[in-house]
Amino acid sequence: MKLNKPDFENIKAECRDEVTEVERREFLKIGLAITGVIAGGTIFSVVSDIGRVFASGKEFNEKYPYKPHYSMVIRQDRCIDCERCMEACVLTNSVPDYGYRTMILEREVADAVGQKREFIPVLCNHCNQPPCVRACPTKATYKDSNTGIVMMHYSKCIGCKTCVLACPYNARYFNEEKHAIDKCNFCFDTRISKGEKLTACSAACPAGVRIFGDLSDSGSEVYNLVHQIAKPVWVQRPEVGAKPNVFYMKG
Amino acid sequence: MSNRTKPVKISSLARDVFKSFDSSVITGWQSNLAGFLSGSKSFYVLLAISSLVVLASSMTTINALNIGYRHAYNVTREIPWGILISTYVFFVVTSTGLCIVSSIGHVFGVKDFMPIAKRAVFLSIVTITAGFTVIFFEIENPFRMALYNVISPGLTSNIWWMGTLYGAYMVFMIIEYIFLLLNLHKIAMFAGLAGLLTGLAAHSNLGAIFGMLHAREFWYGPYLPIYFIVSALASGCAAVIFFTYLGYRINNEKMDKPMERSMEAVGKLCALMVAVLIFFNIWKIITGFVGGEGKQAALTAMLAGPYAFNFWVFEVLIGMLLPFTLLMYSKGKNIGMMFLASILMTTGIFMMRYDLVVIGQIVPVFHELGVKEFSQLLPYKPSFYEIMVVIAGLGITASSFLLGEKVFKGHKSDVH
Repeated sequence: MKLNKPDFENIKAECRDEVTEVERREFLKIGLAITGVIAGGTIFSVVSDIGRVFASGKEFNEKYPYKPHYSMVIRQDRCIDCERCMEACVLTNSVPDYGYRTMILEREVADAVGQKREFIPVLCNHCNQPPCVRACPTKATYKDSNTGIVMMHYSKCIGCKTCVLACPYNARYFNEEKHAIDKCNFCFDTRISKGEKLTACSAACPAGVRIFGDLSDSGSEVYNLVHQIAKPVWVQRPEVGAKPNVFYMKG
Repeated sequence: MSNRTKPVKISSLARDVFKSFDSSVITGWQSNLAGFLSGSKSFYVLLAISSLVVLASSMTTINALNIGYRHAYNVTREIPWGILISTYVFFVVTSTGLCIVSSIGHVFGVKDFMPIAKRAVFLSIVTITAGFTVIFFEIENPFRMALYNVISPGLTSNIWWMGTLYGAYMVFMIIEYIFLLLNLHKIAMFAGLAGLLTGLAAHSNLGAIFGMLHAREFWYGPYLPIYFIVSALASGCAAVIFFTYLGYRINNEKMDKPMERSMEAVGKLCALMVAVLIFFNIWKIITGFVGGEGKQAALTAMLAGPYAFNFWVFEVLIGMLLPFTLLMYSKGKNIGMMFLASILMTTGIFMMRYDLVVIGQIVPVFHELGVKEFSQLLPYKPSFYEIMVVIAGLGITASSFLLGEKVFKGHKSDVH
């Protein structure tokens, strides 16, 4: 049996010239994203993967899906754990003592040089692709088509608690008084819809940790904090792919 | 047999139904009642115990409703699904399994699976009812569910599909059983086929409820919907062996040749399914150890941590290895040995469901953040009230099974 000889003269080399600019960039991004994961757990710097950090990926960089597109930037290193945000949240939204809508987590790094402790405020991330909304059997939880806030229709909630488990951010709890799942709604019913500009937690913070605003407004503080590349901005648990609207940064 | 080939006409169907009610069923049921009243002493003792269990446990669970589930149950914000969800899964897995095993004979016409089928259909209705009872006491607003499932359906939600399909499944199985009683096998077959298809769809959706929670590494992936179907078959076979053996003991009868052959076939299928389960488990563990930190933490808790006893003793030894050995050793002939295997398997499978549900939640969502609040595995132990709901479910199954044996005269089918 005769084998066909390859036509060596006319084979194109798979060298750098054959790789398009787009392919090269995509490849580098994957590499940087992977190093980002190894270096900092859930940290993605803006440089390594700007599409991921922007709330909704590249397609929304110019056009955000909601108007206003409510979002929060948490300047993590400024938090001193005074818990005034939590108090304000409880008072504003009548949160019972067995539950919370927002919380401050504490991380201690014993072998760190200098400062050994930091505080990480968490709340509902009002994801662009909310796993809780997908999982709800009765559309009791939904993404508001105007503001992008993940809201509750309390009377439709059957209390199956699938959304509690679907949430990557532990942002939901069962409220006995409402007899439904309760969660942060960026104070929409208690403040924002009444003309207030800030959520209760954001207004109560003495250290300027929680910056609340419209991500689709290029003049807003949140827009300018998220769309810069000088300081890293990240989101919690990006691997889930929920595309959160709560961003974290330091400095 | 001749009516199997004829097309079904509505008018003749109605006539058939009417006729069958007219003659055999009424008189048949009268004699059934007589048969029931002549049950042995131990039968009544068992029936009385199981009825009392149902009564006592339902009183306790209604009390749980009253004081509020947050106080009565040990579920938390971080572990919102406890033993009630796993017990619900256990019952509906068994029900689906019974439906599949019965369909091999009734729907697909495999002779060896026909004698066990009628009892299996009845028990699939009983176990799904027990499952619904348990979930009724788990869901916070079950009545809202009935309403908003219809007027505000969340079509992307697996819970919606699972609930709706299982509702339909139950209706089809009841229709199938009624037509089996009426000896109208053609319609029973179609209802059985509809029940099988909705059951499979519902059950894989139940797996997908867990499998599609992508924030939970231990569950996420296409594995669970597939695994649920396999384990349903294993559960179904075990349940058939368990209840058929007991049924014959209660009625104090000896199995005839076709029934013995049927038990042999079910025993072999059962052994095969256990082998498949073992295979599934092995690959689940191996793939898990190259996954993310969360999955590895959960697996470590299962293999060498707080759930190691559950896993190695209940799941592996009692649930799989011992029954597999017994089933192989019995060669499908030693019914006593098979009965023991079915008890062990059912116990093991109950634990498999519990571990599957609980271990999926013990790793906090923020564990990789390295924060103090979520640096440990989360604890869960069922409360007294939760255990009582489980017992209510078991009691309903036991008492309905016992009653069924006498009322439906050992589920004998006339057409083999």
